[in-house]
Amino acid sequence: MSDLTNLTLKTALDGLSAKAFSSVELTRAHVEAIEAARALNAFVLETPDKALEMARASDARRAAGTAGSLDGAPLGIKDLFCTKGVRATAGSKIIGEFVPPYESTVTANLWRDGAVMLGKLNMDEFAMGSSNETSAWGPVINPWRKAGGNAQLTPGGSSGGSAAAVAAQLCLGATATDTGGSIRQPAAFTGTVGIKPTYGRCSRWGVVAFASSLDQAGPMARTVEDAAILLTSMAGHDPKDSTSLPIETPDFAAFVGKSVKGLRIGVPREYRVDGMPAEIDALWEQGIAWLKDAGCEIVEVSLPHTKYALPAYYIVAPAEASSNLARYDGMRYGLRVEGQNLTDTYEKSRAAGFGAEVRRRILIGTYVLSAGYYDAYYLKALKVRRRIADDFDRAWETCDALLTPTAPSAAFQLGENSDDPVAMYLNDIFTVTVNLAGLPGMSVPAGLDAAGLPLGLQLIGRALDEGTLFSLGGALEKAANFQAKPTKWW
Amino acid sequence: MTIDAATVRKVARLARLAQPEETVEQLARELNGIMAWIEQLSEVDTDGVEPMTSAVHTPLPMREDVVTEGGDPDVVLSNAPRRSGDFFVVPKVVE
Repeated sequence: MSDLTNLTLKTALDGLSAKAFSSVELTRAHVEAIEAARALNAFVLETPDKALEMARASDARRAAGTAGSLDGAPLGIKDLFCTKGVRATAGSKIIGEFVPPYESTVTANLWRDGAVMLGKLNMDEFAMGSSNETSAWGPVINPWRKAGGNAQLTPGGSSGGSAAAVAAQLCLGATATDTGGSIRQPAAFTGTVGIKPTYGRCSRWGVVAFASSLDQAGPMARTVEDAAILLTSMAGHDPKDSTSLPIETPDFAAFVGKSVKGLRIGVPREYRVDGMPAEIDALWEQGIAWLKDAGCEIVEVSLPHTKYALPAYYIVAPAEASSNLARYDGMRYGLRVEGQNLTDTYEKSRAAGFGAEVRRRILIGTYVLSAGYYDAYYLKALKVRRRIADDFDRAWETCDALLTPTAPSAAFQLGENSDDPVAMYLNDIFTVTVNLAGLPGMSVPAGLDAAGLPLGLQLIGRALDEGTLFSLGGALEKAANFQAKPTKWW
Repeated sequence: MTIDAATVRKVARLARLAQPEETVEQLARELNGIMAWIEQLSEVDTDGVEPMTSAVHTPLPMREDVVTEGGDPDVVLSNAPRRSGDFFVVPKVVE
């Protein structure tokens, strides 16, 4: 049998349906690939026994004619998702032993449709990071290397484990989350497809919270169609999340391959930033040309508040995080370091359990929310956030979607940006606006740079218009014909 | 606006994060760097702008005020750092 890990999710589902192979065979191939790829540090917990048990149950369903839309497909799950009876750490020591007694809605939806869980994927601690270096489990290593080099590169973050596992063919697809770019930047760094849907599409219930008004779950996959299949399963209204939208989920895969003729594509001039590599600018131009060839109309648009999105985000997100992470006090679950009294126990537990970047963000959040600074920082940031959302609303008067680069560079070396927090934050310069406005954004692999590293293009859509993004993403994917894969060194 | 060592100590106390004294100066420098970068927000004219607190335009839903899940203390206590019977064991709060 040819290597089953070479299949896309779609072709694997077709093969399962045609009984060309069983889910047990497909799952075993991925379990073996994971065991052979431990050098990537993509998984923080492998669950091979559970995977094979789920695969056997899937094969039984298929034999009985009751298979679901993802039946038998082995997936990886970002460690931010609570999985019943299976440890979920959010990349942090403070809940390093936490075994959730409940299942997140997004993963429950995947299991409802028959998917198989291979294990839990590494990530930046509490999803705070752009390089995976803040993980308590050590960084994920990008399966991609520069041509002729052997330096270890970041897979991006925070969903670095999801991105690396998908790129290295350790799973057919993965769940991920995106608060400021945590799906799209790693997708760009690993030559994979990632979509952050509209805020409210996917339930946040059972997903460890970072910044609740920005957090959204989404899939990472090797093709646009695979991402569409996964999102269709993951999304849907959930009464357990009060911000979950009470709307029907379309069949997103039906949008892939649809004509994009006549769609108006906005090119925001503010996304041309100083110091951006010429190759990324050239790829952006190429993407514009591809969509023009596919029949799209290109229009120049202005999003004048773009440069203020990151500073606004670094008030809003830490403020929400400082509130959300107050729950980790060592009393009901998680790490406890006994102190002299209650306050001392809180302070010691939290100092021992949180890593440096998480502590830094909690302090910023606490500072901007503290008496005397609330109006000057937090309220100001919320007003700037409105300005940013208004920019997009104005753009939608003249275009149907936007095309931008996903990230300002290709994957960088581990350790390269870790001394300067602001330099690290700038990774999210093109992605963070979408979270603030609650819009859908997708990264599609579009080419390689001179060193042979993948680069991505980002599509941004109107709220709830993921369908158009899947059509446009399919068109870009077809035009780019991105076939490159990392050369196996692990 | 500058964050000095005293501010770091105060904020760390508010956040219930023990902050070793030898790290306070370094942290103050880092936070100052970040806040100086954030300061550019003051350039944006936000007069009369309504703060955006949510990306969702629909009103928050209401539900019946009834118990939907519960009655299983073992599940609730399954991750407790310390328990005694059906109770969490915590440091003494009242002297």
